Amino acid sequence: MYRYDSYDQSIVDARVEEFRDQVQRRLAGQLTEDQFKPLRLMNGLYLQLHAYMLRVAIPYGTLSAKQMRKLGEIARKYDKGYGHFTTRTNLQYNWIKLADAPDILAELATVEMHAIQTSGNCIRNISSDQYAGVAADEVTDPRPWAELLRQWSTFHPEFTYLPRKFKIAVIAAEEDRAAMRLHDIGLKLISRDGQIGAEVYAGGGMGRTPMVAPLINEFVTEDEIVPYLEACLRVYNRYGRRDNKYKARIKILVHELGVEEYKRQVEEEFAHMRTLGLNPPREELARIRPFFANPAYEQGLSEDIDRSDPAFALWVDRQVAAHKQPGYAIVNISLKPRGGIPGDASAEQIELVADLAERYSLDELRVTHAQNLVLPHVKKADLYVIWQKLDEAGLAEANLDLIGDIIACPGLDYCSLANARSIPLAQKLSERFADAGRQKELGELKVKISGCINACGHHHAGHIGVLGVDRKGVENFQLSLGGSGAQDAAVGQITGPGFSEDGVVDAIEKVTDLYLAERQEGERFLDTYRRLGMKPFKEAIYG
Amino acid sequence: MVEFLTFRDGEAAQEPAVTVESFTGQSNSTAVRIEAGEDARELLPYLDRLSLVEVNFPAYGDGRGYSAARILREAGYQGELRAVGDVLVDQLVAMRRCGFDSFRPDKALDDAAVERALNRYADVYQKTVDGRSPVWAKRHPESIYG
Repeated sequence: MYRYDSYDQSIVDARVEEFRDQVQRRLAGQLTEDQFKPLRLMNGLYLQLHAYMLRVAIPYGTLSAKQMRKLGEIARKYDKGYGHFTTRTNLQYNWIKLADAPDILAELATVEMHAIQTSGNCIRNISSDQYAGVAADEVTDPRPWAELLRQWSTFHPEFTYLPRKFKIAVIAAEEDRAAMRLHDIGLKLISRDGQIGAEVYAGGGMGRTPMVAPLINEFVTEDEIVPYLEACLRVYNRYGRRDNKYKARIKILVHELGVEEYKRQVEEEFAHMRTLGLNPPREELARIRPFFANPAYEQGLSEDIDRSDPAFALWVDRQVAAHKQPGYAIVNISLKPRGGIPGDASAEQIELVADLAERYSLDELRVTHAQNLVLPHVKKADLYVIWQKLDEAGLAEANLDLIGDIIACPGLDYCSLANARSIPLAQKLSERFADAGRQKELGELKVKISGCINACGHHHAGHIGVLGVDRKGVENFQLSLGGSGAQDAAVGQITGPGFSEDGVVDAIEKVTDLYLAERQEGERFLDTYRRLGMKPFKEAIYG
Repeated sequence: MVEFLTFRDGEAAQEPAVTVESFTGQSNSTAVRIEAGEDARELLPYLDRLSLVEVNFPAYGDGRGYSAARILREAGYQGELRAVGDVLVDQLVAMRRCGFDSFRPDKALDDAAVERALNRYADVYQKTVDGRSPVWAKRHPESIYG
């Protein structure tokens, strides 16, 4: 875990005071809401349908037990006792009073956390792989670079008023668990001749015009990642469209210029940038790296797991992933209980997970873009007791990557941008497919629901995606198939006319029935869809 | 209230700034105004004879002027670099970091707010063109890169 030094702390503390000053000016009537809006948006504070929403950054999805406990405490003290984990691995509080916001930021600062750049047209929270540091398939732990980029992007003076928001992901494994190619810039760290560098992808994204990012550079050395990103961002800042907010993301620029022309302009800018000494020295990465070094793993641990309790065995098979260290395992905690709100956790649940992380996971936990939690360093011998405690707290659902593991944005229940309610649909779907045997039979099936075209619920990347739209005042749900946010990233295709809330649940059932009837040995839903194409699915739905 | 703010010694440039098009088309002007969307690099051949570059911010959210400023400073421009238009107190620090050294906002700024904004952050993370030492350089004073 990275720890702040006095520089990091002073910057975050200064931000708290700056925001306190801004809120006081607003509350005293010296700032109008119009004047205040850009200021609060720089700090993750949105005015939603019913209250203010505060979005707290969880850089690259890594947290300590102490930080998690603080999130629970804030939920209890300033919210209605809940936190909502988002697809950007952030945490949102939906019931915040403006006057409390500075105090909340001050509390976060005491545990080295903040809400900086969780909104606004700037570089947002850097995301990464939830298995970083513990995955067997990674080249290196991507988080030291993610932390380096967190610092570089914090209050970057040139890139604070970009045409639109800007999201960066850093991964270092073959399996893409972070939807890297659906980011404005995705970095995949690789090793070439013993040297670390990054494949750079630019112009991915969801929203109204979903795109999978093309590769724009096959290898940027670790010493030049910062100037290369500065070049990418400068070209975007100068030439990205500002006339239409729906065409302002970098994906549109890359698409309109063409990949080759964008690359050429970046290379030209990079040739200049690399002469300016912008990259932190190697000593800085060397300073950061030990914070993410392997914790003190115990040696000679047993690999055995007592599977005599069948419910536990089911959970182990679904929620536990292989750890690089013998005797250890990665535990995925589902925040998708039957009929629940995806990503929501009560203050008590947050605190329980904090306790489990402290006691059983070397004081560390992770948040995933699929709105679940991870205990990254668990001894296999402790799995049973952890499962029991999770089960008591309603957190032992065994549905990772199954149809019940639904991603959903907050939707019209909370969000002022939404056209439709995502949560009730997620709840209905979850109920319809609640049977554990049926879910297991269907296998890996990623369902993602967005309540509007902004696609916070990643519907384009769902094996099955649902987009809620408003049709003449009535909620209508469009179904899409075949998307993926993983290493085989793809944008889903719309099946045809939309449905009512119940209608889309029925349609999804027809789609899954066809899959079960048509699948070949070893095929996931996505594989069958790719083999057969849209036609038979369309016939099953509308025929 | 502050209507004009400068960090330069001596008199501010008084000559009215002309458009980029008329500046590059004639030779006797020493002040130019860049609109958002215009390419600051068109001015690079003329930096020696320029004493004032105004960069207009048509709306606070239009950040193109930050790149324009930094490009000019990176190319060695030493003259006055003035931010004009929708310039707000909460943007002064970022503008200073990108090389602006004078400001003429559409709406006058509050003196105390300016003072607080400019003194709030003791440290910065990036190397830019303002000569401030980024945090990484302070952490590694021995490094040749710092």
